[in-house]
Amino acid sequence: MKYTLSVLVENHPGVLSKVSGLFSRRGFNIDSLAVGITEDSNISRMTIVADGDEYIIEQLEKQLNKVIPVIKVRTYAQGEFISRELSLIKVNCPAKQRLDIMKIAELMDAKIVDVSLNTMTLQFADTIERFETLTDLLKPYGIREIVRTGTVAIEKDSCAARKSTV
Amino acid sequence: MVSGAEIMVKCLENEGVSVVFGYPGAAICPFFDKLYDSKIKAVLVRQEQNAAHAASGYARAKTTVGVCVATSGPGATNLITGIATAYMDSIPMIAITGQVRSDVLGRDVFQEADITGACESFVKHSYLVKETSELPRVFKEAFHIASTGRPGPVLIDVPIDIQENEIEEFIYPEKAEIIGYKPSVSGHPMQIKRALELLQKSKRPIICAGGGVLTSGAKLKFQEFVRKTGIPVVSTMMGIGVMPSEDPLYIGMLGSHGVKAANRAVHETDLLILCGARVGDRAVAAPEKVAEHADVIHIDIDPAEIGKNMKTTIPIVGDMKNVINAMIKGVDYTAPDEWKELISQWKQEFAKPPVKFDGFVEPKSFLEKLSSVLRSKAILIADVGQNQIWCANNYKMSDGRFLTSGGMGTMGYSVPAAIGAKLARPSRDVVAVCGDGSFQMSLNELATIAQNHLNIKIIVMRNTVLGMVHELQDFHYNSRYAITDLDAVPDFTKIADAYGIDSAYASSNEEAEKYAAKMLKSDKPFVLVCNVSPKTPSK
Repeated sequence: MKYTLSVLVENHPGVLSKVSGLFSRRGFNIDSLAVGITEDSNISRMTIVADGDEYIIEQLEKQLNKVIPVIKVRTYAQGEFISRELSLIKVNCPAKQRLDIMKIAELMDAKIVDVSLNTMTLQFADTIERFETLTDLLKPYGIREIVRTGTVAIEKDSCAARKSTV
Repeated sequence: MVSGAEIMVKCLENEGVSVVFGYPGAAICPFFDKLYDSKIKAVLVRQEQNAAHAASGYARAKTTVGVCVATSGPGATNLITGIATAYMDSIPMIAITGQVRSDVLGRDVFQEADITGACESFVKHSYLVKETSELPRVFKEAFHIASTGRPGPVLIDVPIDIQENEIEEFIYPEKAEIIGYKPSVSGHPMQIKRALELLQKSKRPIICAGGGVLTSGAKLKFQEFVRKTGIPVVSTMMGIGVMPSEDPLYIGMLGSHGVKAANRAVHETDLLILCGARVGDRAVAAPEKVAEHADVIHIDIDPAEIGKNMKTTIPIVGDMKNVINAMIKGVDYTAPDEWKELISQWKQEFAKPPVKFDGFVEPKSFLEKLSSVLRSKAILIADVGQNQIWCANNYKMSDGRFLTSGGMGTMGYSVPAAIGAKLARPSRDVVAVCGDGSFQMSLNELATIAQNHLNIKIIVMRNTVLGMVHELQDFHYNSRYAITDLDAVPDFTKIADAYGIDSAYASSNEEAEKYAAKMLKSDKPFVLVCNVSPKTPSK
């Protein structure tokens, strides 16, 4: 099963290698790791999508907590967070197929960011599931390159509010 | 104005450090130069790895933070095995390394090594210092991290220009403020209550005590709990010494190299109470089997150890001393007599008289004898190999310490660790027991012993083979002794003599005991070589 972890860390050089080193050392599998500065410039947030069972995720949380510059670790429960991933997809696109791909882009809410004689590049920011739908639709045309940022996630306030009133 | 090197020395002084173990080199010269003016004693070892082991022995014997110092590049990389050894055994240690100038970092200049990168998985935390002004905060944090929570080694890598640069003044922070580091030490009262309720129902409880009991300084409180409840105790290798060896409630060390009665007890128990023990594979080979028929209460300061290797019914995260105190106050339980009787039956039934070989010292009975002639509070350091197992199972202690490289199993640990232990506790008997294999990994430290006039006794179990693997080859490799024959074992008495250290050679228990008595009477270092048959089994 996939789990999404949100990890607050001190914004120091070397923290990323401490965290990523932990994964390889302890044999955890991660799908993606995205990191960036938060509203507080001293603190960064890592969003980690990991594969495993409950035991593995519990171990992962505990081991992350042992890393000194790690401030807080949270594993998001299903439905209590919004997650997005930004991807850039370069697809084969001779002139006669331009309209088809533009239609797919419009349908999926992807943005066309570059067009050349033979290719078109789409920018897409959405969930992993929607990304898979989009790439399925584009595959027949020939995908040349995909670049993904990895998932970032944020807690839903609406969900938190509901929980606190229950 | 004050230089980085001066600041480093002042930080150590502020932390109450009185001895550091090290080896110099260009990149750490500014520091050693300033240390030369300080009251802190700098002990020159003969190889950097031994500086780390000596700091470890010092830390354990004195229950403080040990400090080792090396230069950049090979000096730093030589420290790694020692740092890793300390990490696996949760020893509070500060490793300071010199580094090449910060403006050429990463250019592969002479004696440059990415030591913070290389040590990542063996340290509790590490720093590469980029500004001289950061040094006081870094040292304060490093000592705090190394010594609190689950202790461990912290590495501070200091480029030479950071040591040389000067700042206005030295101010040592009063407290370390680390936002993401707040170890929980008290133990949740509700969990403790639940644990005691579970205990109430148990008919066959066993306590498994690990190194955490000793690290936390909870030994006496722990014994109080054991006596109050009458629960029998097994220990891990790191936990040896939590109970007097001859205590009727102490069964012995468990695990693949432990005593049979201890393993039997763990497999028959209905409630296993793990105290500061991480259930390593050498201690419990099949934890899932134990957890099938027993409830498990796991007390540990490191939440990541709970549930890692064994399924736990009730986890208690906290410092052993606090938790055991709360448990003593709340407990009203006595272990059933039938269970205790069954265990003492096993102890007798499974006891195996040692096999003697003519012309050789029988190490198990000799070690037992040695226990009775050492003064109370003696510190015995076992190396790694058969000698370690002989010591673990046969050295009888009522007080004092048993030190060894438990987690990492680093050969060559005993002699340098003994140097640290002796400097920490000069008035106590300090004895290192090693094999002819492990002794040859660190006998260069005889020079350190001689130079510092350290009254350390070294017992070398000379069996002319790498006994532990040799034995393994008997069991699993059809007695094909691939590279385990220590051909050309040198005459260790001559080596000792070359360093000006007294020695003796024994080839029977009578001789060994006679020389041991002589050795303990002397106030000088001594190497006692015991000729042991290569056929002598570990157990």
